[in-house]
Amino acid sequence: MRIGVFVCNCGTNIAGTVDTAKVASEALTFADVVYATNYMYTCSEPGQQEIQRAIGEHGLQGVVVAACSPRMHEPTFRRAVEKAGLNKYMFEMANIREHVSWIGNDKAANTAKAADLVRMAVAKLRFNQPLFSSKMPVNKRLLVIGGGVAGIQAALDCADGGMDVVMVERKQYIGGKMAQLDKTFPTIDCSSCILGPKMVDVSQKENITLYASSEIESISGYIGNFTVDIRKKATYVNWDACTGCGACMEKCPAKNTPDVFNENLGSARAINIPFPQAIPKKAVIDARHCRQLNGKKCGVCAKICPVKAIDFEMKDTIVTEKVGAIIAATGYDLFDHSVYGEYGAGRYPDVITGIQYERILSASGPYGGHIQRPSDGKEPKNIVFLACVGSRDASVGRPYCSGVCCMYIAKQAILTKDHLPESNSYVFYMDIRAPGKNYDEFVRRAQEEYGVQYIRGRVAKIYPRGDRMVVQGADTLLGVQVEVEADLVVLATGIESSAGAGELAEKLRISYDQYGFYMESHPKLRPVETNTAGVYLAGACQGPKDIPSSVAQGSAAASKVQSLFAHDTIETNPQVALVNERNCIACGKCIQVCPFGAIQWKELRGGIKKAEVLPTVCQGCGVCNATCPPKAVQLQHATDNQLLAEVNELCA
Amino acid sequence: MERTNTLSIRQSRDTDFIREVEEASGQDVSKCYQCGNCMGSCAYTFAYDYPVTQIMRLVQLGQKDIVLGSSAIWLCANCQACTTRCPNDIDVARVMEALRIMSRKSDTVSLPDIQAFYDEFLRSVKTFGRVFETGLLPIYNLRAKKPFTDFDLAPRLLMKGKLTFFPALVKKRKKIAEIFEVVKRDRFSKDGKARPEPLSSKTDI
Repeated sequence: MRIGVFVCNCGTNIAGTVDTAKVASEALTFADVVYATNYMYTCSEPGQQEIQRAIGEHGLQGVVVAACSPRMHEPTFRRAVEKAGLNKYMFEMANIREHVSWIGNDKAANTAKAADLVRMAVAKLRFNQPLFSSKMPVNKRLLVIGGGVAGIQAALDCADGGMDVVMVERKQYIGGKMAQLDKTFPTIDCSSCILGPKMVDVSQKENITLYASSEIESISGYIGNFTVDIRKKATYVNWDACTGCGACMEKCPAKNTPDVFNENLGSARAINIPFPQAIPKKAVIDARHCRQLNGKKCGVCAKICPVKAIDFEMKDTIVTEKVGAIIAATGYDLFDHSVYGEYGAGRYPDVITGIQYERILSASGPYGGHIQRPSDGKEPKNIVFLACVGSRDASVGRPYCSGVCCMYIAKQAILTKDHLPESNSYVFYMDIRAPGKNYDEFVRRAQEEYGVQYIRGRVAKIYPRGDRMVVQGADTLLGVQVEVEADLVVLATGIESSAGAGELAEKLRISYDQYGFYMESHPKLRPVETNTAGVYLAGACQGPKDIPSSVAQGSAAASKVQSLFAHDTIETNPQVALVNERNCIACGKCIQVCPFGAIQWKELRGGIKKAEVLPTVCQGCGVCNATCPPKAVQLQHATDNQLLAEVNELCA
Repeated sequence: MERTNTLSIRQSRDTDFIREVEEASGQDVSKCYQCGNCMGSCAYTFAYDYPVTQIMRLVQLGQKDIVLGSSAIWLCANCQACTTRCPNDIDVARVMEALRIMSRKSDTVSLPDIQAFYDEFLRSVKTFGRVFETGLLPIYNLRAKKPFTDFDLAPRLLMKGKLTFFPALVKKRKKIAEIFEVVKRDRFSKDGKARPEPLSSKTDI
């Protein structure tokens, strides 16, 4: 084989601590290397042309580039050698930047290590074989998991583009957390007024199939061809018949059912439609509180229902959908403040959370939009807001900033003044994080126009005095302790990952961080992709986010799906396992260990069994290769021979 | 100490001091983001010259003279409310304790009476095996040069049995006195450097 080596200076990134000319001259002594040079920026257009020129001029059959991580530029160089007539797998990359020049200052040692890495790459390249990908069809249907504002945006964008969309929502209604909000910052527009039309669109678009009260059971397949099992949970109401008239709710005798949509501020009925604008507007029976389902005599709803939609015998069912891409938009949950003993650990009825206050402010909320205390229904005069409850607090395992609380407190304080002009609002904060468009102006307005008293310091404790709550904290700007007697205390509980995010990530085969937020492929340049091809992210499942960012990410993920679906076929990755049938002893170990179910039995003439890899399912992990006793299964482009050649060079 | 309204940070910033406080307390003071929770929790903020949040800030800025000369570190009752509530898991009370020890070593104790109380308290424990209040209080009062403070409370406390005429008999009080010797020997060896070592297992209390 005739091999050419190109050592990149990367400006001073590599040349600063590696003698690239020396690496190139050393490379000329390696077996099969007929040409070697160093170059300022190999990834630049003239740099690529230099590679192509050398291929033609020196009759190169393989190319090694010693530069940055293959994650950066391997595709660039593969394209370059392909243009010059080589198979793109006759190319190897030695990472002498992230693995060498950036991590050490000893130029002699760095140069020696860089030469070693190049020697290994050359040794491997000598065993490389041309590989060819095949094409397979793309199923142009999209699955959106989660029906919050991010998922809705992604679904509508793709549906507008003419694609079939399947939306799966765990709750009985779509809209997510935004549906629970009263108004939105910084424009104070009504949340349900701006979200409502989008929710209605989802239910009316013919190419969107909505599964509410449903969860993902399992996912198999790969980009372009996923198979998804969806568990439709038993609602005990036949939704095809239910008209959402609400007669059942009025007559249901189980009056002590917690009102989850109103954050337990009131009580609902066991059969319930959570709010007037709910999409789908269908009733669901809460099996834990229904009298009939708990062995008592009832069945009132079944008698009252004018369309006979009640079905106490209903069971969960599984439906299977085939899609080509998946967007995870599973949103977030709110921090449980009961770990804060000093704030009452949830004991005090008049110490509530931000989302509870949203429900109190909302006209469709438990008090009809009139601000009152949960304990005695009195109108509060002094209201204290606490920022950073479960945010920026390492002692409760939440060291990150939730990003939205500063803004929603300012909004709630402004709305409080609108509702109760005689009231006084106090905000305890550490820093104001308001980097969005018109955000800081909004917080200033709360202070300047609405007279909200901002106090810079954390609150140490909250305790009752008479029928009021004493909030004791600090004003660190003055260096004094501060005490406020409050009628109502609102804790701005922070954002945490959605319950069950980890289990879903495992089904999607995507990774998540230590807090349960899904990992994007690159924090800056691939913000909505995951490391699993065909799976994209939108909204707060990736990290705390406000509505504008969630919507933007929903659209971004949708555009990624549309560019995928713009092709009828996708190229398969040929770096997959391959069975050499002559060596296969049919022990079946590879079939057992394959995490993707990509290996199956194949029967030859005469009933001889052999293992066979399904190249479209194989993800190229190499577990079968490591397991196979006679080494009959080999992972293409990382075969035993190739890896051993590298190790031999290193140990020579 | 007088409050300072101008700090020439470059001149007065003592980085060795920051390191010494961190070593003596085992805490990373740079973790403090000045939320004020310790100050809000502290029962003695009203009496401090610098609230505890500001003591932490002054340590971050390496302001050795102000910190070691402050009354706050001596008024601290070591109740540990600050430690309990610190969102960054800093043991603030231990930082205060380290500062008291450093203040003694550098001979900058701002409230010698309180230092005297610590001394007399420990002397009482060493002598009697536990505190003998009826002995401790008059001696402390004499040392603090206010002999009649709280004197009027004595009869009532005696009648209620809160004070006794004779020290309680503690078993093996000599062994307790030995603890003091062991600590002195182990922790303040020749170089005067603190060596936090556990007592030898032979010490039978």
